[in-house]
Amino acid sequence: MNQAQMIGLLTGIIFGFLLQKGRVLRFDKQVGAMRLKDMTILKFMLSAILVGMVGIYLLSDRGIITMSHKPMNVGAVVIGGLLFGLGWSVMGFCPGTSIGALGEGRWHALFAVVGMIIGAAVYAELFPFFNSTVLAWKDFGKISLPEILNISHWVIIPIFWAAVIALFVFFEKKGL
Amino acid sequence: MGTKKVKDGWSPYLAGALTGLLAIASVWITTERLGKSSFLGASTTFVRAAAYLERTVAPQRVDTGEYYQRTKPVLDWQFMVVSGIFIGALLSSLTDKSFKLESIPPTWIERFGISPVKRAVAAVLGGIVAMVGARMADGCPSGHGLSGVMQLSVSGLAAMAMFFAPAILAAHYIYNKRRSV
Repeated sequence: MNQAQMIGLLTGIIFGFLLQKGRVLRFDKQVGAMRLKDMTILKFMLSAILVGMVGIYLLSDRGIITMSHKPMNVGAVVIGGLLFGLGWSVMGFCPGTSIGALGEGRWHALFAVVGMIIGAAVYAELFPFFNSTVLAWKDFGKISLPEILNISHWVIIPIFWAAVIALFVFFEKKGL
Repeated sequence: MGTKKVKDGWSPYLAGALTGLLAIASVWITTERLGKSSFLGASTTFVRAAAYLERTVAPQRVDTGEYYQRTKPVLDWQFMVVSGIFIGALLSSLTDKSFKLESIPPTWIERFGISPVKRAVAAVLGGIVAMVGARMADGCPSGHGLSGVMQLSVSGLAAMAMFFAPAILAAHYIYNKRRSV
């Protein structure tokens, strides 16, 4: 194993461990969030985002890391997002959690994994078509919220924190 | 109470916050050691896995396909992250006894009954649609959701909204009915 693979494997083991401890790998938790009945996965994701956001921007400000924004390609994000959401609601897993679900014994996730590998092959076949249609509509490039609003990220981050904490309080009040 | 706590796992806030620290450490370490800032993601790995499998039956499609030329079958950093998720979840669930062999999810049984074929077909079809969408959008709830929103990427924020809106709507129609016979 080369260094990249070793670092990746170790990172993945810790990631999988935490996903399992947070109990977010379950079909019932994922579908529970979509049915607005159990917000476990949102609590997990948003907590990770709150902590991660501060650290990532501190490191980026000091030039230690470089940001890696994905392009805001309108057709790709809107149509792709829509398709993902529809498939996700039936499958009950996202790509990362399907693998984790297998790890905690929920072997039915294998069907989701098989479906997603087929889906990847289907996308590879259709890519030339999408590339000249959906992906060619409008691409705003690799943009971030602070850039387009022209406001410092250290103004946006506290607002983001406040909004998410308010959401957490709401979840706890409603017992979600 | 001790038993209950073990059974229920950790608070999702705690596990999530620790995942945030992992995300920071991971970007830092990949920058320092591998020379490129790599953010957590998962769906690209499914393309590489598809390429590996497809190469055994139709090697020319993988060797000449435009998309596979961009995402070649290699065991890269992210591929190992995704593989590690399996090991980490296995270790965690075995050590706190939450590991459970399950052939159909409980919520699914409540709504659609115990037919494993029905569940398998639905999961495969759902998986196909979801992955076509994730590759088109260039990310999944890890890449767009965690890593994108963490960086306040416009695409990450938009993708999360686009993932959840149809999922909430569809889940309402799929699961909020009593079991039909």
